Amino acid sequence: MASAEPGGLKGLVDVERGIISREIFVNEEIYRQELERVFARAWLFVGHESQISRPGDYLTSCMGEESVIVCRDRTGRIRVFLNSCRHRGMKVCRYDEGNTVEFQCPYHGWSYGTDGALVGVPFAKDAYGAQLDRSQWGLIEVARVENYKGTIWATWDASAPTFLEYVGGYKLYLDLLLDAWDGREGGTEAIGGIHKWLIPCNWKFPAENFSGDRYHGVSHRSVDMVGIGPSGRGRRDMQERNEARWLDVSFPELGHSMIAFLRKHDSPLAPAYQDAPVVADYFRHCEEERRRRRGEYWRLFGGPGTMFPNTSPLARQPRTLAVWHPRGPHQTEVWRWYFVDADAPAEVKDFLRHYYIRYSGPSGLTEQDDMENWNYAHKASRGTVARQYPYNYEMGLGRATRAFEDHGLKLPGTISDVTEANASENNQRGFYGRWRQFMEADSWTGLMAP
Amino acid sequence: MSAEAPALARLLLQQEIEDFLYDEAELLDTRRFEEWLDLFTEDARYWMPMRRNVPHDDREREFTREGADVNWFDEGKDTLGRRVAQLRTGIHWAEEPPSRICHMVSNVQILRAAPAGPTPAEVAVRCRFLVYRNRVETETDVLVGKREDVLRRVDGHWKIARRRIVLDQSVLLAKNLTFFI
Repeated sequence: MASAEPGGLKGLVDVERGIISREIFVNEEIYRQELERVFARAWLFVGHESQISRPGDYLTSCMGEESVIVCRDRTGRIRVFLNSCRHRGMKVCRYDEGNTVEFQCPYHGWSYGTDGALVGVPFAKDAYGAQLDRSQWGLIEVARVENYKGTIWATWDASAPTFLEYVGGYKLYLDLLLDAWDGREGGTEAIGGIHKWLIPCNWKFPAENFSGDRYHGVSHRSVDMVGIGPSGRGRRDMQERNEARWLDVSFPELGHSMIAFLRKHDSPLAPAYQDAPVVADYFRHCEEERRRRRGEYWRLFGGPGTMFPNTSPLARQPRTLAVWHPRGPHQTEVWRWYFVDADAPAEVKDFLRHYYIRYSGPSGLTEQDDMENWNYAHKASRGTVARQYPYNYEMGLGRATRAFEDHGLKLPGTISDVTEANASENNQRGFYGRWRQFMEADSWTGLMAP
Repeated sequence: MSAEAPALARLLLQQEIEDFLYDEAELLDTRRFEEWLDLFTEDARYWMPMRRNVPHDDREREFTREGADVNWFDEGKDTLGRRVAQLRTGIHWAEEPPSRICHMVSNVQILRAAPAGPTPAEVAVRCRFLVYRNRVETETDVLVGKREDVLRRVDGHWKIARRRIVLDQSVLLAKNLTFFI
């Protein structure tokens, strides 16, 4: 029943009909195959450049369940290594971050340079003689690393496409997080400190929620009543969204998606951040610049999204990047980075930092309720009877277009306009369709359309 | 003044501060959140940094910075008040039905009292906490750490002017922080 052999997932993930089995969230065997077929092949987010600015700087991160070291070597090149000694497997680094000239294993003392080379072996000459070929026993390195606008990504699979091919047309939407709000390329930085916490649910619950779930307003009604938004009401500034087209953007052939908003071509500047004049001025200035720099694309604003498999950019304030690390089928460890424009005034950064903290993560008034829902949705899906009944993903089936255009502005992706409908499951279907492809395809030839 | 007077004053102050901390825990554990919020000064700070694994001689990097980094909490009374209001909506699902919460406070140490004398206006006090949360059926969290408070006497009553919460965890093992420490 739970086989991931070719064709075996057909009955479990049927995106054409919008029916997905609970097995893919709770089944141990499917989880084990996910680690091999998804996490050992896909491009995964591992850290931010600002955390390793000098040679010798490192942070420890994760790829799937496994610990990795993200390091800037002596020559300034960013490297990513499996955090495990080649001799007996001990973690060669148990610090979260720091600066070093080498990683010495605390078990038997093998040591490695910041380029991963095995540089130190106790009693090498006497105990090994000429037998040990050090060049073959450096730290295990990922196949590829990419620094994209400060975000660092890696894959274990040498046959994987380049990062930019993997991102594809989704680049336009990922950039909404990583470009400065005034429309300049790059120009964002991560605030110090990474939220790290455990949620008792399968990693796909948060990944699909961020991929495009506009439907869960009831989850957050309490925070909307209390009001934590930047203008003192609700949980967000809604004005600009209220006069925009609501677009659920999916790239089903890649698995990436985002909630987006397209403002009208003639819409005036929207009031926002009314609680803080300096912040309001900053964003007004940015929007004017954005209109000047981006042409018609100024109108495109992002929201939550998911880049397949487990990285979720949130491209509007609170601007964040979340990684949903798998920790067994029933647990997820979240790592969460928060972004601001690098050139923003200190007062703006501080205002946003406060807003991000009260909105997001385990202490965020908004997201606390998400964790409760994912926790008990997962728990109630584990039973022998529960597993026999699939989840429903039929919302908005057949309504998306691949040829979206608005006043001459063409947007890439398979797009569902939900301005009237309020929500669709276009993006979730795209995510799970891609997940099934990863689980079934044996090679990248079958995974990337020519 | 007798020779014992300063020692007696110190004991009385110790008892007064401990009573205050135990009363505060009682308000939280009996869900009298509005009365608990009244224990804070208007300019209060409530800060809970995150903890990093760093080399032993790099203590500075062990904690995220107040007012600069992302923290678990870094806020004032206004945001605390919104958290209390959210708990009262009846639709804050993460605390509906409400969790069963127990605050244990111990190792109370008065670090500073100013001005010197029997009735200081401000004290700095450190304690250990153990916060137990159990909710729905079997979900259980135990959070243990240290708290450093600055208490200020306002109109004859102690108020919390500043709280620093140091949780002895790096990865937060609880799914959320819907409760006060």
